[in-house]
Amino acid sequence: MRYIEPHAHMVSRVTDDYINMVASGCAAVCEPAFWAGFDRGSADGFHDYFLQLTNYEPSRAAKFGLPHFCWLCINPKESEDVGLAKEVLALIPEFIDRPNVLGIGEIGLNKNSRNELEVLEMHIDLAARHDQLILVHTPHLEDKLKGTRLTLDALRNNPRIKPERVIIDHVEEHTVEMVLDAGFWAGMTLYPGSKCSPVRAIDIIETYGAQRLWMNSACDWGVSIPLSIPYTAMEMRKRGHSADAIDALIYRNPHEFLSQCPKFKL
Amino acid sequence: MVRAQLRVLELPTHKSTTMHNKLTRQEILDLYFVEARHKLIDIGAFLDRVARADGDDDFRMKAFHCALAELSTREPHAAKRILLAFSDPTDEPIPAATTKAACGAWPGTL
Repeated sequence: MRYIEPHAHMVSRVTDDYINMVASGCAAVCEPAFWAGFDRGSADGFHDYFLQLTNYEPSRAAKFGLPHFCWLCINPKESEDVGLAKEVLALIPEFIDRPNVLGIGEIGLNKNSRNELEVLEMHIDLAARHDQLILVHTPHLEDKLKGTRLTLDALRNNPRIKPERVIIDHVEEHTVEMVLDAGFWAGMTLYPGSKCSPVRAIDIIETYGAQRLWMNSACDWGVSIPLSIPYTAMEMRKRGHSADAIDALIYRNPHEFLSQCPKFKL
Repeated sequence: MVRAQLRVLELPTHKSTTMHNKLTRQEILDLYFVEARHKLIDIGAFLDRVARADGDDDFRMKAFHCALAELSTREPHAAKRILLAFSDPTDEPIPAATTKAACGAWPGTL
């Protein structure tokens, strides 16, 4: 079995996780920029984080033969401070041409506030100006439905954005259809408690199909499971899905989307 | 005993209405009934725990009971309907984010 982990916050994980992922068939890992669990005090903190994502972390993964890619942004959880967000966005062009940078992400909304929306629109504009792929985080729990609607509106309001170059992540049963209907890619996050479980993710593909869908663990510093993709593949086998269908979902689909960035080569 | 491993499914494309070779209802029951029963008892125990405790509950329990009502229908898309029962249905951005955390249920009223 081979798979691509298209969303994992490896800076928060121990090296043993890299070993287990590679041993389980992981062929590449992609790391969106994320909230550290606390608010960074200045743009300098983000500068160091972007260095970590583009220099140190790919080196750590390379020790196990695992290609490491990343996405850059200021995370929605820190987007309430528009002034800080502008400073951080100004840093991104310095890093955008680095060999492992796939695009702008994970951008989006957290509590669906006006400032978060303004920062989201700035990120969308940045991606459009630099012709970058976009990875969107959608809010948690009760905020997801509204946040997904607002995000779709923001993306559709920018005529330079091509839906096929945008993945909207953390979809669940109440948001997946609107994302796919609008022509975007959709990500299902296999995260304990607050997002999709493996069985529900499989229910979703059996209901809506596997086209323009991927799965990810979004493992981070919280209680999360770096091997949730291979575990879900096991569940798919229990349900009788073919090896080819599993490969399409966990390897070929993310490969197809990510290959729109010419730097994504395995 | 489930024999799902003997069956081969082809994933449908988006909007496909054909779902060839999916597991039978009996096979789904064999595979998931005990797990679902376990989760349902956990929900009952949670309701008992809340009822035993002193004090008032809040908007979360109101949303919880609305979501539970969705389980008692035989209509399709139960998971989606439950998620919608907990969701903020409004369209306008809020003036400012005063917290980063979500609590699981929308505290507002229409």
